[in-house]
Amino acid sequence: MTIFTDIKAILLGLWTTWKHMLRRPVTIQYPEEKRQPSPRYRARIVLTRDPDGGERCVACYLCSAACPVDCISMQSGERENGRRFAVWFRINFSRCIFCGLCAEACPTLAIQMTPDYEICKRDIMDLLYEKEDLLIDGCGKDESYNFYQHAGIGVAQRRGEGAEEKAPVDVRGLVP
Amino acid sequence: MTPDLILIAVTAAKIAIVLFAILTLAAYLVFAERRVLGWIQDRKGPNRVGPFGLLQPLADLIKLLTKEDFRPPAGDKWLFYLAPAMAAIPAIMTFAIIPFGAPVTLFGTEIAMQVIDLNVGLLLFMALSSIAVYGVALGGWASNSKYALLGSIRGLAQLISYELSMGLSLVPIIMLARSLKLSEIVNAQSGCWFIVYQPLAFLIFLISILAECKRIPFDLPEAEGELVAGFHTEYSGMRFGLFFVGEYINIIVLGGLATTFFLGGWHGPVLPPVVWFTMKTLSFAFFFIWLRGTAPRLRYDQLMQLGWKVLTPLALVNILVTAWWLVLKG
Repeated sequence: MTIFTDIKAILLGLWTTWKHMLRRPVTIQYPEEKRQPSPRYRARIVLTRDPDGGERCVACYLCSAACPVDCISMQSGERENGRRFAVWFRINFSRCIFCGLCAEACPTLAIQMTPDYEICKRDIMDLLYEKEDLLIDGCGKDESYNFYQHAGIGVAQRRGEGAEEKAPVDVRGLVP
Repeated sequence: MTPDLILIAVTAAKIAIVLFAILTLAAYLVFAERRVLGWIQDRKGPNRVGPFGLLQPLADLIKLLTKEDFRPPAGDKWLFYLAPAMAAIPAIMTFAIIPFGAPVTLFGTEIAMQVIDLNVGLLLFMALSSIAVYGVALGGWASNSKYALLGSIRGLAQLISYELSMGLSLVPIIMLARSLKLSEIVNAQSGCWFIVYQPLAFLIFLISILAECKRIPFDLPEAEGELVAGFHTEYSGMRFGLFFVGEYINIIVLGGLATTFFLGGWHGPVLPPVVWFTMKTLSFAFFFIWLRGTAPRLRYDQLMQLGWKVLTPLALVNILVTAWWLVLKG
């Protein structure tokens, strides 16, 4: 008889909702309780420094090219030793979609995402972050990486002589 | 003061108290519904305004009063203005016949805890519940909107499907109590509640009042998934609020009537009668909210089928069985 299965279905539904009524709500009441996102969370973007305290950014424009909403702009300059740097560097957080493509594109690990998601301003112009707002004092996620130890103008060590490198292969001795 | 003047004063005082009580209860029922639905859905519900969100009805009222009072230009002006009152007033008026407590003796006169004890109380309830659907029908018609019209047509079709079974399910109660007076129906249950004799009639009546107050398994006239908001699609501000409050007053009133007819009214041990009545009524309100959080909406034809092919014949059989039993008992 279908009527019994119908009644059973209604009673089962009532029992389910009853159980949920007694369950603790999953709500997190935001301004009072805040959840800590994982370190890989993609929120506010920062510019990091290398372990020596120098700026990692070499103003290569890869982040601004990768950005799907064109919110990153900069002007490259050159120091006396020939190394490039960003004269000014600006991220428009009112446009940013926090996709993380800039951080993936960065060859020097300069631009990184942080878990700080509370970016709200009364005035939209306050969401324009300049280089001094973006630059932090630490290394961010990769504490030991120093771009100029591996590449770039005026590399600190000669090719193949770095601590983590093997000696170059003698190609003429590679005869099978 | 003449006895007549005292009677008028006492009745006016009772009307004021009842009106204040059910309007407050209706406002807090809206709040309770939102909280309970929140718990069912693992949320907390509104808890921002005041302690535990208890001032939420006040905030809702301010919001509704300050909203624009829009009227569709092509609609019927007077019917559009009349319809919300037509929905709310019969619901409030029905409460006049419900006994909400044992009679008390004050200064030597016995005062019934009931605004008026009509000797055709049950028939008045049937009449008023039929009038209440005019609010729905006129509101939908006067809006000059297809969704509103569809909602009101559904409301009318729903009325003729469940009203009959509701009336028939109450006939055994009249047979058992031998009266249409609600106070006598309650007194007849001082020994044993009628739900014990009439579980089937109780079930039919429960399903019918769910349809009567347009609650979720039978909320076809509103049907926000299909008809935007059904018959009150075009209403805004406090006119919408009146429809809304009317619906919740209806829940309280019908809960009170179900209590009166089947759960022994204000009868109960230890606690004062008014408390018993309130508790029983509010448990119906809770059940309605609980069911809203559980059940899906019936289809138009399913409601008709349930009303005409299941509930009405069952109610008729129930009347015959009750009559047979009463005759055998002598």
